[in-house]
Amino acid sequence: MSTETLRQRRTRPARRADGATINRILVRIFIGVGVVLALVPFIWMVSGSFRSEADLFGNPASLFPGSITLHGYESVWQQLPFLRLLLNSFVFAGVTTLLTLLFDSLSAYALARLRFRGRTLCFILVLITLMVPFQVTLIPVFIELFHLGWLNTYQGLIVPRATSAFGIFLLRQAFISIPTELDEAARIDGASHLRIYWSVILPLAKPALATVAVLNFMNLWNDLLWPLVVTSDPNMLTLPAGLTLFGGAHVTDHAVLLAGAVISLLPIAVAFFLAQKYFVAGVSTSGLK
Amino acid sequence: MSASTITGARTASAGRAPASPRRRTRWSPGLLFLAPSLLILGVFVLWPIAQSFYYSLFDWTIGANSQKWLGLGNYVALTQDPHFWNALGVTMVYTVITVVLLVVLGFLVALALQGEGLITRIVRSALFFPTIVSLVSIGLVWKFLLDPQIGLVGGLFDLIGAKPIAFLTDPSLALPSLIFVGVWKSVGFAMIIFVGGLKAVPAERYEAARLDGTSRAQSVWFITLPSIRPTLLFATLILTIQSLQLFDLVYVMTGGGPLFATDSLVNLLYRSGFVDYKTGYAAAISWVLFAIVMIISGIQLRLFRYDDVD
Repeated sequence: MSTETLRQRRTRPARRADGATINRILVRIFIGVGVVLALVPFIWMVSGSFRSEADLFGNPASLFPGSITLHGYESVWQQLPFLRLLLNSFVFAGVTTLLTLLFDSLSAYALARLRFRGRTLCFILVLITLMVPFQVTLIPVFIELFHLGWLNTYQGLIVPRATSAFGIFLLRQAFISIPTELDEAARIDGASHLRIYWSVILPLAKPALATVAVLNFMNLWNDLLWPLVVTSDPNMLTLPAGLTLFGGAHVTDHAVLLAGAVISLLPIAVAFFLAQKYFVAGVSTSGLK
Repeated sequence: MSASTITGARTASAGRAPASPRRRTRWSPGLLFLAPSLLILGVFVLWPIAQSFYYSLFDWTIGANSQKWLGLGNYVALTQDPHFWNALGVTMVYTVITVVLLVVLGFLVALALQGEGLITRIVRSALFFPTIVSLVSIGLVWKFLLDPQIGLVGGLFDLIGAKPIAFLTDPSLALPSLIFVGVWKSVGFAMIIFVGGLKAVPAERYEAARLDGTSRAQSVWFITLPSIRPTLLFATLILTIQSLQLFDLVYVMTGGGPLFATDSLVNLLYRSGFVDYKTGYAAAISWVLFAIVMIISGIQLRLFRYDDVD
């Protein structure tokens, strides 16, 4: 009797430990499978951009190239107006992001620091634009751009997207959390609002600015529907729109399209490795497009 | 007399003069700071919202001079359009399955990966990576991966002796394939949101439960889930709104086919507005989408309403 309870006592913690190890192993397998699933498509994408058509069709089960060919990276510049697509994407995403940072931070400064009639109304208007799906405005904006003669132009791509309600919202929160003593001190020294905005608030809000910048650049760089609607001229397309349209029509060479996809992924991937925390902060507070 | 009133007026204004510098300091350039953003949001978002509803009341083709007033005719036509009901069904099936899978998987992965060890953080980054990649690149790669002739998936089927499956050209498999890719892309995103929520749960709650001898599963169910309710709501809402706007994957991978099996609402909107140039009709579709987003968000907000968590 007493030996039995002793044995039970001895075995029970041991069994529990076994259960815990099995659990831990199962969790590791679950996560391991997840990581493999997440990464294999990217490995295949990069490897496929170095493979010949014959190799792809001959060994579809292989994750790595039988022999490496640079054909994809050479032909992508000829079969697509790729340099132009790359340039357009940089202009569109880059200039729009810079303008957004400027306009959003100015607005956020007004909403966070200035008192004036209509401030609440302005904030409500900004919040309304946050709630409406982008597609609702797509057709009227297209018609506006048509009347302005802005279709197939950089200003047509850039200006309507040069402010983001979410950016205003996020920067306003960041500015509010900066102690007001700092700008009061500056105001006693005779600094104007523009000066306080530029030399006091902006330097203190760098993390929030970086988050807005990263989030906007990524969304614009990756966007398909907007460039697709505003541009139809192959010389004005951005990378996602260009890859889709050329991939659907003219280019059937897989290595060429994969090379295009790899190159278009590179700037975002590099930015991600350098500034991951801003990506995470931006994406987890806003959601994606 | 008249001269004196003039001087009187002058002295009055002069008397007010000392107040004006104070006023000038109280004057604030608020609207000036807001002007660029308000102008852009007004011209390219707020006004178009109203315009889009106005357009939806007309039979209108871009470029044509005549616009015929239809009242709610476009909306009535929608209810009689099998393509619309098909697109609504496709969008709903995609949204419900994708959101449920993402919330469940994202939560489970977050439970396993909420630590701050080096390996955990690297694994989290790897799982998060697809989130930042464009849907075009992802759609392109998965379109090739699922191709029965060149794709890795087909190749693996071949290797085990099974016949490669044409995932994207089979009407019954195309939508499930898009759901798979949609979940694949966003599971890291869901995970990151849940990791944030899990970190905010006070440790004392778990300690009290551990003293009571609660099992791990019980503590997840009775402590973790109620504690992260706001996160659960945020994740569900964001993922739902995103999924309802399904377009890029469709456009890149299937073009809405085969046989309209993946024709989502936004794809139908794009086709009506920018391929068939049925402007008024497309505007009506966009307002239906808007209404659906609002209704579903409203329902979710109500379902998740706090009835005092503790």
